[in-house]
Amino acid sequence: MIKVEGLTKRYARTVAVDNVSFEVKKGQIVGFLGPNGAGKTTTMRILTCFMPATGGKAEVAGFDVIEKPMEVKKNIGYLPETPPLYPEMEVAEYLTFVGRIKGIPSDDLARRVKEVSERCSVADVSNKLISKLSKGYRQRVGLAQAIIHNPPVLILDEPTSGLDPKQRVETLELIKSLAGDHTIVLSTHVLSEVEATCEDVIIISRGKVVAMDTMDNLTHRLQGAEAVAVEVEARNGAGEADVQRKLEQVGGVSRVVAKGEALGRLRFEIESLQGRTVRTEVARAVVESGWGLFELSPVAVSLEEVFLQLTESKK
Amino acid sequence: MKNVWVICQKELKSYFASPIAYLLMAMFAVIFGFFFWNVVGYFVIIGMQQQMGRGMPMNVNEMVIRPLLQNVSVIGLFLIPLITMRLFAEEKRSGTIELLLTSPLTDFQILFGKWLAAMLMYSAMLLVAGLNFVFIFAYGQPDWRPMLVGFLGLLLQAGGLLAIGTFISTLTKNQIIAGGATFGVCLLLWVMEWVTGYETAEWAKVMGYLSVVSHFESFAKGVIDSKDIVFYVSVIFFGLFLTARSLESLRWRA
Repeated sequence: MIKVEGLTKRYARTVAVDNVSFEVKKGQIVGFLGPNGAGKTTTMRILTCFMPATGGKAEVAGFDVIEKPMEVKKNIGYLPETPPLYPEMEVAEYLTFVGRIKGIPSDDLARRVKEVSERCSVADVSNKLISKLSKGYRQRVGLAQAIIHNPPVLILDEPTSGLDPKQRVETLELIKSLAGDHTIVLSTHVLSEVEATCEDVIIISRGKVVAMDTMDNLTHRLQGAEAVAVEVEARNGAGEADVQRKLEQVGGVSRVVAKGEALGRLRFEIESLQGRTVRTEVARAVVESGWGLFELSPVAVSLEEVFLQLTESKK
Repeated sequence: MKNVWVICQKELKSYFASPIAYLLMAMFAVIFGFFFWNVVGYFVIIGMQQQMGRGMPMNVNEMVIRPLLQNVSVIGLFLIPLITMRLFAEEKRSGTIELLLTSPLTDFQILFGKWLAAMLMYSAMLLVAGLNFVFIFAYGQPDWRPMLVGFLGLLLQAGGLLAIGTFISTLTKNQIIAGGATFGVCLLLWVMEWVTGYETAEWAKVMGYLSVVSHFESFAKGVIDSKDIVFYVSVIFFGLFLTARSLESLRWRA
């Protein structure tokens, strides 16, 4: 349904999207995951024909975004990061306007507006001014706007940003319920949301795809990494920097973070590469340097941390 | 065409759902009312002098309607920035531009719909002027044809300036910047012809020609001159063309 090949977007000074390729199949719900500024919004804007790419190809519903933008636009529902709402309009009026510009025939319009209002549970505020709505309602009106013309592809840019936890859950439930009829790409920087909603995940960092897999595989793979807390008593005049350098040289270590000093002992947190255990090697390295090893203990790795590791290690 | 109308309706709605439309019409009514009172008052004094024997030929079309139409044209220069400043700047600021540009609409449909709404907003202001003119017809017998030509000229002139204002509005997210810049351009296009008063060189003639106000003279007299119509229509096309290019570049720069 969506096919992206070698997509690149260059700005005057930066590269926002760098040679990104992926594919989304019909009916899939895919999470587009990455820290802020990773290039998620840019990729989505290219897919929705809001801006052209510098290089590469993108196809939505079988139409090229550059050659057939009108066809692509008809087949896409898009919710930008800030819902595109007109505060001076009433909800039903706004949805009618959007329905019109999306090309819904006028005899079908009232029915569609009613349908999506109910689906997104905004029917109770349909006669209220948008400027008077709460954040959660606005987000849902934004969602209603995206699905009003029943597009086969839905692109949702951070649909849960700025919502409170309850609204978050409700919005995600709503998106999940849409999955059957629509192919959905949703971006977020909150990992748990992807865990809760998506089947497939694309992780993007600094404009590049760093991982692309099903949710299950990814969770499994990510948890293969190990985090270790070490406490070292440095001797022979070695300082914190020396110890850190030594630890970084140990095979299988991907990152060492200094955690400060307490009672003359230095604390570090070490993260291993995927699927490597590093505790024995770390212990050996410390002892061979003639330092005192006070503590060496595994730390439970949260999915969030590994995600950070994955997105930051590609610097 | 249907899409143009949908966009136009939406814009009209936001003019009239906010105080902007009423503020513009009220401001226009007060300022134009003042001019109307002045011009008619002057006309009455001349009329009394004539009765006392110091005769001067008198003509309502030439002495009341014509200066009033010229006044409307100048008031327009000041109010047009207020009409156009929000057209694109507001959409860019609030992010709704993303909705418009990702909907199956052409850039032309969007900008033409918006320009058309601005024209209708300006026409609504002209209606207020028309209301004053009703009194002239109630108490005198002026020729209505030159007046209609005058209104046609006003619409054409405003069309050009509104197109330029629409273009400037695509350049910024900030309504005040859009309004300020449009006002500057409008003012410049007005005062430009002043150089023809003391300078006869070619460049002065070009500046005089480019001034939007100089082309209104013949309309105010009730004369339809094809060269003035061509000028205004060209300005409209040029403004809308720039808007289209700017919208396109927005996609590249955004």
